[in-house]
Amino acid sequence: MTMNTTYNRRSFFKVSALAGGGVMFGFHLLQTQQAEAGLAETLVNTSGLNGYIQIDSKGIVTIMSANPEGGQNVKTSMPMVVAEELDVAWKNVIVKQAPLDTKNFVRQVAGGSQSLRFSWKALRTAGATARQMLINAAAKKWGVNASECTTSEGIITNAKGQKITYGEIAEEAAKMEIPKDVTFKNPKDFKIIGKSTQNVDMKAITTGQPLFGLDFKREGMLYAVALRPPAFGQKLDSFDDTETRKVNGVKDVIKFGDKIAVLATSTWAAIKGQRALKAQWKEGTKLESTEEHDKKMLAFLDTPSTAPKRNDGDVKAAFASADKVIEKVFQAPFMPHNTLEPMNFFGHVTAEKAEFVGPTQRPEQTRKEVATLLGMKEEQISIDMTRIGGGFGRRLMWDFVLEVAEISKLAQKPIKLVFTREDDMTCGQYRPASKYKFRMAIKDKKAVAYHLTGTGTNGQNFVRETFFPAGAFENLLMESHNLESNITIAPWRAPITNFLAFAEQAFFDEVAKEIGADPVQFRLDLFEQARANAQKGMKFDYDVDKSIGVIKLAAEKANWGKAQKGVYQGFSTYYSHNTYVAQVAEVVLENNTPVLKKIICAIDCGIVVNPVAAVNQSEGGVIDGVGHAMFGDFAFVNGKPQANNFNKFRLIRMNEAPKVEIHFVPSLNDPTGLGEPTLPPVGAAIANAIAAATGKRLYGFPFVKELGTQGS
Amino acid sequence: MPTYKLTVNKKKYKVEVDADTPLLWVLRDSLDLVGTKYGCGIAQCGACTVHLDGKAVRSCVLPVAAVEGKEITTIEGLSEKGNHPLQEAWATVDVPQCGYCQAGQIMSAAALLASNPNPTEEEIMTAMQGNICRCATYNKIKEAIQIAATQK
Ligand code: FES
Ligand code: FES
Repeated sequence: MTMNTTYNRRSFFKVSALAGGGVMFGFHLLQTQQAEAGLAETLVNTSGLNGYIQIDSKGIVTIMSANPEGGQNVKTSMPMVVAEELDVAWKNVIVKQAPLDTKNFVRQVAGGSQSLRFSWKALRTAGATARQMLINAAAKKWGVNASECTTSEGIITNAKGQKITYGEIAEEAAKMEIPKDVTFKNPKDFKIIGKSTQNVDMKAITTGQPLFGLDFKREGMLYAVALRPPAFGQKLDSFDDTETRKVNGVKDVIKFGDKIAVLATSTWAAIKGQRALKAQWKEGTKLESTEEHDKKMLAFLDTPSTAPKRNDGDVKAAFASADKVIEKVFQAPFMPHNTLEPMNFFGHVTAEKAEFVGPTQRPEQTRKEVATLLGMKEEQISIDMTRIGGGFGRRLMWDFVLEVAEISKLAQKPIKLVFTREDDMTCGQYRPASKYKFRMAIKDKKAVAYHLTGTGTNGQNFVRETFFPAGAFENLLMESHNLESNITIAPWRAPITNFLAFAEQAFFDEVAKEIGADPVQFRLDLFEQARANAQKGMKFDYDVDKSIGVIKLAAEKANWGKAQKGVYQGFSTYYSHNTYVAQVAEVVLENNTPVLKKIICAIDCGIVVNPVAAVNQSEGGVIDGVGHAMFGDFAFVNGKPQANNFNKFRLIRMNEAPKVEIHFVPSLNDPTGLGEPTLPPVGAAIANAIAAATGKRLYGFPFVKELGTQGS
Repeated sequence: MPTYKLTVNKKKYKVEVDADTPLLWVLRDSLDLVGTKYGCGIAQCGACTVHLDGKAVRSCVLPVAAVEGKEITTIEGLSEKGNHPLQEAWATVDVPQCGYCQAGQIMSAAALLASNPNPTEEEIMTAMQGNICRCATYNKIKEAIQIAATQK
């Protein structure tokens, strides 16, 4: 089917003619992307091409999206960017998830959760390169200079007014040389980017078509449900599977490591079999409890670090000469991810190869880990991505893929491993528990020095030393302590900042109040100080103008300071994932209980590619932030999680969701992250509004516990 | 194993499963109707919502033995062409994020509108209380239900 294949020097791009007179452009999405730490980690070391544009002789454009979709809208937004630079009409575009078993191209194994931010340039280059090759082919056919040709909606026109469609010239384009440099459209001329475009999977979602990992089936596969140690630190001693083997449909019981898998012909039989297992557990490592974690972390907050993350000026002297020192401690529990689709994965391991299908945010790393486990070469292993029923960081981990690999290898059968909700919540991975101590030195009614100590479980760094307020204080100290724990952790939507932002922005509110400053003006002044300090050579990661821009926009849209009688406002702002966010929460008192009504949210995330999706994601982040701040609680006693399902872990529901107003700062800058940044600041906006309404300050999640109410 | 005769989306099926098997797993594993989702298994999240004689029920706690002879409707059978007013309103408003909860949301909303074509905001919230959306698309869901209600 393919012929006439040319690679360019960067092997970023590949072009092939299609039988029947079309052209296929393949490109490598990750090659031009920079790696970033944390949740947005990208995987640059990918071997194949992973994005494709296909144009058939009728001019129908098929764009194959390389990225797993879990609600970030990448499956729609990324092809929009390609189509924009290709200059075709969106109605003629079909989007497909790039198939993994295609014979034509190298297996697609793309990185997980990187947003448009990382692929923006690559996608534009792909679209623009394809467009240029189509133009070059037309110019050659006409015997004219390519530079005199223009395009619009898939039609090339030359200076004489002759026209040819992309479909008509597609076959010729496959023979053209790949241009080294291409020019991008001026963002002002964008026709697709910036227009709300419907989710390409809409119909399949609303009619219940198989899309998710849990929906995947393979002839002859068995369902597996595993029993794992009920407490962190425990190991398997012995087990009795007599009752399990009596369950109709149970085919086998397999011990793997400290776990036992029940294999059955249906999910229900496997669940019943799991419940019927009788296992004895023994202590492997110490069984830890939240109470003891708390004690140790609180002690860390009073311990000077030998290697501070940042130490500007002379903090000691500034505090010594202060009129007053404000000091507050903030505390956050562990948190499960609770993706609504529980962990699951299909695996089939044979002597020659291993095949996997399921929801993962990070197929590339997963493949490496599986290769190590099975002692296979990476080329022998395939990982197919399904739609993802929620990630939030949980599916950046690969524990469940290793499990199914092990079970399938031992069983020598295709296996679909399913976690029950209880398994998912108790055997999973968690946002680390963390604590912060903030100290502010006040002199002459001014905040003059800042000292932050952070600690948490199993983390390299619990502070963000290049983020605000770094730069805003000449005297600033940031320290971090790690508490080793056997409770496994994973990135959780906006790692670290999801709690740090609350603590910091709630603390600032209290400081502002203490020195008699308006909370918004107090932040603006600090950013001006950061600007001045930058001129003196101080380094930090955020942009002062953009920070001020969102603060002013949020204040303006919320009518800051001029709220209706009975409405109490709270302000918060945070920068993360290269995106600037400022929020105002509005709270009223009903029967003397604070009730959250509305969040007004201003965002600077560069150019907004798909507005409807951008609003969805931003709003989702806000409400998710509200929910976990209000209700999120999770504790361990002797290694055992104290909640295992939604009757014990409270997630936000419809009647508890506030109204959310999203305002984007108009921008033509490259897009930045949007899945995470609206979440971190929201806790503080609420807490500060509650403080305005009641005078009560909140110092930890969940708020309902601190308020002693049911909350709503 | 006993045999059960089920009517799902107006089609008749015969399944051989244990009497305690929840309808959810019969639909998903035996009948290949995977639109109905598993989220909690204890009637807390609504992902598994289907209609039993027109009423919204949680199929994860409904043993197959209890549904014989009743009309079962799943998301796959809610409308012939996927054009129930709710399905269309869902597209208009662009509700889903990850999409996993949405079949259950639509089924709960459809049962509400069938019995109360013009629900107040309060009534919508009460009816949808049992459906969790981990991606927090709640405001969009509410908006879509309101739009669908005006279309009926
Ligand atoms: S799976 Fe039935 S309510 Fe959650
Ligand atoms: S859209 Fe993801 S759970 Fe509702």
